[in-house]
Amino acid sequence: MTFIREIISFFTFSEPNVKVVFLGSLILCAISGLVGTFTFLRKRSLIGDVISHAVLPGIALAFIIGHQKNVLYLIIGATITGWISTYLVEYITRHSKIKSDTAIALILSVFFGIGVLLLTHIQHTGAGSQSGLDQFIFGRASAMNQSDIVLFGSVGIVILVLTLIFFRGFSILSFDEGYANAIGFPIAWLKLILSIITVITVAMGVQAVGVVLMSALLITPAAAARFWTNKIHILAILAVLFASISGIIGSAVSYTYNGMPTGPWIVVIVSLLAFLSAIIGSKTGILKSWNLRRRNNVKILKENTIKLFYALNSEQPDNSGFQFSEIAENARMENTTLRSGLKLLRKEGWLIGNDRQGYQTTEEGKREARAIVRKHRLWELYISKYMHLQPDHVHDDAEGIEHVITPEIERELEEQLDFPKLDPHNSEIPY
Amino acid sequence: MNDIWIIITASLVAANAAILGSFLIMRRMAMVGDAISHAVLPGIVIAYFLTNSRASFPMLMGAAASGMIVTTFIQFFNKKVKLQNDASIGISYTFLFAVGIILISFFGSNVDLDQECVLYGEIAYVPIDTLFIGELNIGPRQFWILLTTLIIIVSAVIMAYRKLVLTTFDEAFASAIGINVVFWQYYLMAGVSLTTVVSFESVGAVLVIAFIAGPPATAYLLTHSFKRMIYLSILIGIVCSIIGYYTAVWLNGSIAGAISSVIGLVFAIVFAVDLFKRRQVSRQVTQTSN
Repeated sequence: MTFIREIISFFTFSEPNVKVVFLGSLILCAISGLVGTFTFLRKRSLIGDVISHAVLPGIALAFIIGHQKNVLYLIIGATITGWISTYLVEYITRHSKIKSDTAIALILSVFFGIGVLLLTHIQHTGAGSQSGLDQFIFGRASAMNQSDIVLFGSVGIVILVLTLIFFRGFSILSFDEGYANAIGFPIAWLKLILSIITVITVAMGVQAVGVVLMSALLITPAAAARFWTNKIHILAILAVLFASISGIIGSAVSYTYNGMPTGPWIVVIVSLLAFLSAIIGSKTGILKSWNLRRRNNVKILKENTIKLFYALNSEQPDNSGFQFSEIAENARMENTTLRSGLKLLRKEGWLIGNDRQGYQTTEEGKREARAIVRKHRLWELYISKYMHLQPDHVHDDAEGIEHVITPEIERELEEQLDFPKLDPHNSEIPY
Repeated sequence: MNDIWIIITASLVAANAAILGSFLIMRRMAMVGDAISHAVLPGIVIAYFLTNSRASFPMLMGAAASGMIVTTFIQFFNKKVKLQNDASIGISYTFLFAVGIILISFFGSNVDLDQECVLYGEIAYVPIDTLFIGELNIGPRQFWILLTTLIIIVSAVIMAYRKLVLTTFDEAFASAIGINVVFWQYYLMAGVSLTTVVSFESVGAVLVIAFIAGPPATAYLLTHSFKRMIYLSILIGIVCSIIGYYTAVWLNGSIAGAISSVIGLVFAIVFAVDLFKRRQVSRQVTQTSN
């Protein structure tokens, strides 16, 4: 019961601090989800990692210069070093033989090391109350206060507006930089704006989830969304949605259980959403592709099985039912596979009969058998004629392609070949 | 004496990481090293909680298990559901790291591990934790652990050197002559996990990555021979440890942080000189051709 009471007290904001933490996490997560969409699509996920580690020295420097924890200074400092780090990664990869992954790992660890050195220096020398600088490494959403929220909110709105204004530009930049350049998009400017937005988002986000986990907040929501859609607008909306859900649940958990950190919970929730999406996602989820592959295999099995009856029927035109052994003789498949193929065809109504009485094709079955043999032979003829392949080289190719020829392609083939009568092996093409 | 022990400990980590890092950066897998070094956290925490000690073997098992899990996750996202490589790495290791931090908070006071320690270690405490044979003080525990690891890594690399080099530089050829490319990749990853686990207590995950990427990248700019690159990166790692240690003492800050900073500085100098030299060469070439 206490658990439910705690949940209710969280969502009714009975403590003023809860509202601050909740709003803060929500804003930071939503903005990260939005900006992360482009980081993800531009395949810059690991750059997000660099930026989030590289904000640490900026935060420490801002603290040394400003002598206190002023969130605005910290964000400015973080933005500057974060931006320098992305510039350095690009500079190193462009001007030496060092590959981008090495440059990323190097810059990330060196900047983080400098940050740690500065932070420990501040702490050991007792400059200031070291007021929770540690929290930047792991994030402590509960340390946010009212004025932080106002700042996050206004910066968030600016980022949102900028993203909406440049949405089209950012999208084209993400998918095809060369094309964007060719049609006269000012890509240098777009890239600059996007990278500044990203760095600012990271600089704010580290306060909720910390340096190490910030990159998850950028990429995981977009990656999760990717399993559901191919459209960039929907991708962005879903990413914001997933990130926000994680922000809400994460801050609720850390409120309900004393001592639980907010950031890691946000990341765990959003990662679980990504795993779930990878499995059940309606576009590229694993179940979806299994289902597609299974349907395809069934189709191929059905067509390969009915094709056997075309040959059998033309040898014995009285259609008097074939024994299983007769059918299996010419089948280039396992007996068990053939049996399940026969079962499928019976269900489809292309076949009647059973093992004892033998199998007979129905009228529909005959039509289907002719259709698949027609596609096979048309294709054989087409490639032997246009690609000058020997007739004995065309069978295997046709064996695969016959299952994917659509009625439109079939019509096209017939017209191109002028409704031929015979295939390259001088067998009749059935219409 | 303490100074010497700390420098020796850091140098041992540097040597381990330099050997593995040279292979990793040639394979463009530096970030996989990063991912593994973060992802071992939950395994370490669970092993620590179960055995209630910092004994190396259970921790190693735990870390190996989480190392395998993160590699499996990356493979799942990348191969099974066709997510791009960078995102697969990013999602997998942040997830495991987050789980690790949650576990630390969950076990709370029962566990004498803290999250900062995992990231930047407590190398300053290394000389305090010593081993004894009877009454004889034989030096810090970490020193012996790291020395053993170095012997293991060096002999593992020497034994499989030819195969490791082949799979690194020409994967297609290696698999054509029947070498199991995937096996040797896991072999290297096992080395990375081992190095991370034994080093995390003293130097933390971040310095391991700095050692993996920094000295080999610097050496790569200085030589064209792979063997010389390995020797050079070990040397650079050791030099950086020495300078880094005294920088930390001078600034009164984190030793791991200072060594990482020095690694960055050394790389920056070598990079600038390399760039300057190549600029001059290309200028001379243009002048002579004019």
